[in-house]
Amino acid sequence: MDGLRLYGRYVAASIRAQAAYPGSLVMMISGQFLVTIIEFVGIWALFQRFGHIGGWRLGDVALFYGLISVTFAIADTISRGFDVFGSVFVKTGAFDRLLLRPRSPALQLLGYEFRLTRIGRLSQGVGVFTVGAVLTHFTLTPAASAILLFAIAGGVALFCGLLVLQATLSFWTVESLEAVNILTYGGEAAAEYPLNVYAAWFRNFLIWIVPIGCVSYLPMLAAMGRPDPLGTPGWLLPLAPAAGFVFLAVALVVWGCGVRRYASSGS
Amino acid sequence: MSGIATTLRPYLAVCAGRFQLTLQYRAAALAGFLTQCWFGVIRVLIFAAFYAGGAAKAPMTLGDAITYTWLGQAFLVFLPWNADPDVTDMVRSGAVAYERLRPVDSYAWWFVRAMAWSSARVAPRAALMVVFAGVLMPLVGLGKWGLAPPPSLAAAGFFAASAAAMVLLSAAITVLINIAMVRAMDERGPNILAAPIVNFFSGMVIPLAFFPDWLRPILRAQPIAGLVDIPFSIYFGGVAGWSAVGAIALQFGWVVVLAAFGRWALERAMRRLQVQGG
Repeated sequence: MDGLRLYGRYVAASIRAQAAYPGSLVMMISGQFLVTIIEFVGIWALFQRFGHIGGWRLGDVALFYGLISVTFAIADTISRGFDVFGSVFVKTGAFDRLLLRPRSPALQLLGYEFRLTRIGRLSQGVGVFTVGAVLTHFTLTPAASAILLFAIAGGVALFCGLLVLQATLSFWTVESLEAVNILTYGGEAAAEYPLNVYAAWFRNFLIWIVPIGCVSYLPMLAAMGRPDPLGTPGWLLPLAPAAGFVFLAVALVVWGCGVRRYASSGS
Repeated sequence: MSGIATTLRPYLAVCAGRFQLTLQYRAAALAGFLTQCWFGVIRVLIFAAFYAGGAAKAPMTLGDAITYTWLGQAFLVFLPWNADPDVTDMVRSGAVAYERLRPVDSYAWWFVRAMAWSSARVAPRAALMVVFAGVLMPLVGLGKWGLAPPPSLAAAGFFAASAAAMVLLSAAITVLINIAMVRAMDERGPNILAAPIVNFFSGMVIPLAFFPDWLRPILRAQPIAGLVDIPFSIYFGGVAGWSAVGAIALQFGWVVVLAAFGRWALERAMRRLQVQGG
């Protein structure tokens, strides 16, 4: 409980700092919105041409797209500390200071920055999801809402887990390893479409290795009340987001090993 | 003759220097290459899935769309998303005032710097991408998913000319973003606006040919199409013969217009320049 209160204070401080420059904040939020909405205009144009992808219509894809966009926006809002961990904390030796404080370093990194600019992407995701819901007559029943909230929570855990792994790697590489962006940004991009449109090897990677499909594709099917064309049993669909929490737990164990072997750099 | 050589020397020197310096960032180039492979794979698979449902409705073959995709990933860094970071730093520190003291043309100076910066970041990524999608993929039997060579010698020749215009166009637009940044005294606004506009109108998000037919002539005529859509359509032969000549002329025409406008705007911006720092 104490940890949660401390985190609340970190968030409040970060929000106050960003609100000090309201003009810049509004500009960044609108920019985020614009960048991501333009991608969706491209998808719209492709549907104008082809009508459907693997049997899915524009409205269906908008639902998948909106869900992963919202999830990623939330993860991106809270996980900045792990993203910049290598260059800001390891390279400079600033991590030593975090270790001296009587709170877990993971909590302190989580409180590093609460990025309000991601409201831009969040509103894009909500907007696209709404468009999808209208086009497909999707109704947000209590059961569907519960599944979607669980999917978002699992997805945020998964993306945070990836960034925790990236941060752990920087104990060895010192710099932040940009290549992990492939799995965060790239994973988000892949999950914008229902996974059954992809070739099997790519799909399997996104379910079994980095389980992004488990927090987007499978629970979204459950919320839509549709069976998986690939044959995943129906009872498993709403439970799949648990994979995100498992991924985060494993990542935190690896992180713990990294912290124990950390021997400081910088001066 | 020696007069011209002397005049050009500082520009060539700054161009070569910046090119070599930027080329040193090998880890960044490798990370960029891997990221671009991943996004290339996603796009190719998405195209394949769309085509499987109705290839007849497409304005180009699947193979052409795939080649377009890999070219886009190879030359991605030519897209002018940002003001030149060196110029951004100068504006922030006030060092931009020194730019006025140099006995060189500020516009040409910024132009060649931008050209060297983008080319040096593109060169290693594009080379790796051509080896990956153009050589390795065909070798392991994935040829139809890879980067195909141009269909004819003429297409290759036209592409070379069009690519040269693409490099110049990219630099001209980068300098325009620099100028907007000088005017605003802040790089964030121009940078935020530049990326979505460039991505969309260049044909990077999807080839412009996929947009509704009545929109296509308008989309092809605007200057940013010369960064992606025109050169790549020329590469796979989608734009050929006299249309290719016309498209390349259009690209160079836009370079001249944007450079003339940029030069005028830079002089104006510099006259009322505020110098920060101390």
